[in-house]
Amino acid sequence: MAMTMTEKILARAAGEESVAPGDLIMAKLDLCLGNDVTAGVAIDEFEKAGFDHVFDPERIALTADHFTPNKDIKSAGLVAQMRAFSRKHGIVHFYDVGRVGVEHAFLPEQGLVGPGDVILGADSHTCTYGALGAFASGVGSTDLAGAMATGEAWFRVPETHQFDFEGTLGRYVTGKDIILFIIGQIGVDGALYKAMEFTGPAIRSLSMDSRFTICNMAIEAGGKSGIIAADDITKAYVEGRFRRTPIYYTTDADAVYEKVYRRKADEIPLMVAKPHLPSNTQPADELNSVKIDQVVIGSCTNGRIEDLRQAAEILRGRKVHKDVRCLVIPATQAIWKQANDEGLFDVFIEAEAAVSTPTCGPCLGGHMGVLAEGERAVSTTNRNFVGRMGHPGSEVYLAGPYVAAASAVAGYVATPDQIGGRRQP
Amino acid sequence: MTALRGRAWTFGRDIDTDLIIPARYLNMKTAAELAQHVMEDADPTFAGKVQPGDIVVAKENFGCGSSREHAPIALKGAGVSVVIAKSYARIFYRNSFNTGLPILVAPEAVDGISKGDELTVDLATGEINNLTTGAKYRAQPLPPFMRELVDAGGLLPYLKTRAAAG
Repeated sequence: MAMTMTEKILARAAGEESVAPGDLIMAKLDLCLGNDVTAGVAIDEFEKAGFDHVFDPERIALTADHFTPNKDIKSAGLVAQMRAFSRKHGIVHFYDVGRVGVEHAFLPEQGLVGPGDVILGADSHTCTYGALGAFASGVGSTDLAGAMATGEAWFRVPETHQFDFEGTLGRYVTGKDIILFIIGQIGVDGALYKAMEFTGPAIRSLSMDSRFTICNMAIEAGGKSGIIAADDITKAYVEGRFRRTPIYYTTDADAVYEKVYRRKADEIPLMVAKPHLPSNTQPADELNSVKIDQVVIGSCTNGRIEDLRQAAEILRGRKVHKDVRCLVIPATQAIWKQANDEGLFDVFIEAEAAVSTPTCGPCLGGHMGVLAEGERAVSTTNRNFVGRMGHPGSEVYLAGPYVAAASAVAGYVATPDQIGGRRQP
Repeated sequence: MTALRGRAWTFGRDIDTDLIIPARYLNMKTAAELAQHVMEDADPTFAGKVQPGDIVVAKENFGCGSSREHAPIALKGAGVSVVIAKSYARIFYRNSFNTGLPILVAPEAVDGISKGDELTVDLATGEINNLTTGAKYRAQPLPPFMRELVDAGGLLPYLKTRAAAG
C-alpha cells in the first residue's frame, strides 16, 4: 500500500505493515520530553498513578529552559522537582542551566532526535523535529506521564497535507517567511490534526536551521506534525551527531495527500504576522507605520546560529534605535559559544543590543523582556496571542531575524532594504 | 448518568491556551491556584463569576496554541463541567480527556446558545438541552477508544488497567 513518510514512520512504530489515516495506533516512542513548565504536572500524575519506574532512563529528555535561570521561587520549585525526579530515576538526559538550551534547538543539536524517530513532547513546538524526517508531536503533561511510564502513546494516524514550493526564494526570505506565508493562507486551524509535509526545490535549498523554523510553526496552523524528507543536507547534519541509527523514509510517488498546496517561492515576501494571531499576516514593507518598543531575536523558532548571523548582517555597524530595546538570545550553549567565536556578540553589543543566556523567557512573557501595557514588539518567536509577551494590552509582531534586526534599527517594522541592506564584515 | 447543568459562557473562535491560562501563571500547577486566573485575558470577570457546573461554549479551534495542560486543569478547577465548541485544537482535545474535563463537539448547539442560557448536557447520550430557549441539540458521540479512556478515569488509570491486563 502506498504511504506518506509520516504513515511509514507510524507503521514502523506501531509494528504494522502499513497504516492509513484515521487508524488509531499504539506507537513505541523513540524519545519523550518535557520542560520545567510541563514536567511538574507530568511528575505529579506519574506518582499519583503509582508508577515506580520509568520505561527507559535513556529515552526521556527533561530540559529546564522556560523560566530559567529561575525567575522566582515558584519556578525554582518546578525545576527542583524535575531535578529530584531525574536523580531518583536516573534520567540520563536531564539538562540544567549552563548545559541546557531551548529544547527544540537543543535536542537536535545534541543528536537526541533524528530521522525516522517517533517523538512525543510535552510542548507544542515538539513538531520542530519533523525537519529531520521524523514524526514529532506535542502533547500535554498527562500524555508525557504515560509515555515516561510505558514508552508508548496512542495516536490517530493523521492525513497528510503537502505544501510544495517551486522556484527560488527572494533576497532575505527565510524559512520563517515561508511558514508565516502558509499560515496566512490557510489560517490557524488550516491544518488542524494534519501532518504538514513540506516539499519542492525551494524547501530542499534551505539549511537545516531554516527547516527547523518551518516545522516548528506547523502547530501554529493547527498541525499535528510537520515533516521534511531527509536529503544530503539532513544527512550531513545528522552524521556524527545523532546517537541512534537514522532511518530515512520517503513518501511513495502514489501516496495520497488529502490536500496539495503548490506555491511559487518567488512570490513569498518578507512576512510579518500582526497581533493577535500568527495567521494575521502582511508583507513587512507595508508596515512602516508600526512603531515598536522592543525586538526579541531568539527562541526555538529562530534562535539558531544562522538566525544570529542574519541579525548580525543587519546590525553590523549600526545602532539599535534609541527608543527600542533589542534582546538577542542564542538558543543553546553551543550556539552561544559559536556566536561568540564568530564575533557576532561584538556586533550586537556595539549595536547596543542585550545578549542573554539561553532561555525561552520572553517568548511566553515569562521573564527577561516582559512587555508593559501598550508596548509593541517585533519578535522572531512563534506566537502573538493576546498577552503572550506580557501585559494583555501589549502587542507582538512576528517576523524572521532579518526583519526583526532591521526593525530594531529603524524603530518601526522595516525590511533590510528599507534601512540600506546587509553589511558584510 | 445524571445530566450536567449550568449557565453558558460564550466565547469566539481561536481561544488560545494563553487566553485560558496566561503563561505568567505557569509557575503554578494546582487546580485551585490556576482557577483564580482562568480565562483572565479573554474575560477578566470570568474567574470571579463562574459557578460550579457552568459550561463554556466556544466557536472553532478552542484551545489552540501552547500544550499547557494547565488550561483544562484551570477550567475544571473553576468548576466548569463541560466545554462545547465547534472544533478543538488537537493537543487541548487530548489534554481535556486525559485530565477528566469532558468536551463536546456540537456546532449547531454553539450557534443556538447565548451567554447566560441555562443548559443541561448528558455526556452518555450527547444530548444538549437549552432550557432558556427550549432547543435541543445532539453532540458528536465520543469514539469508542475515548470512552474506554474516560471510563477508566483518564489516561493514567487506563494505562495501569492495560498494564495489569497484561
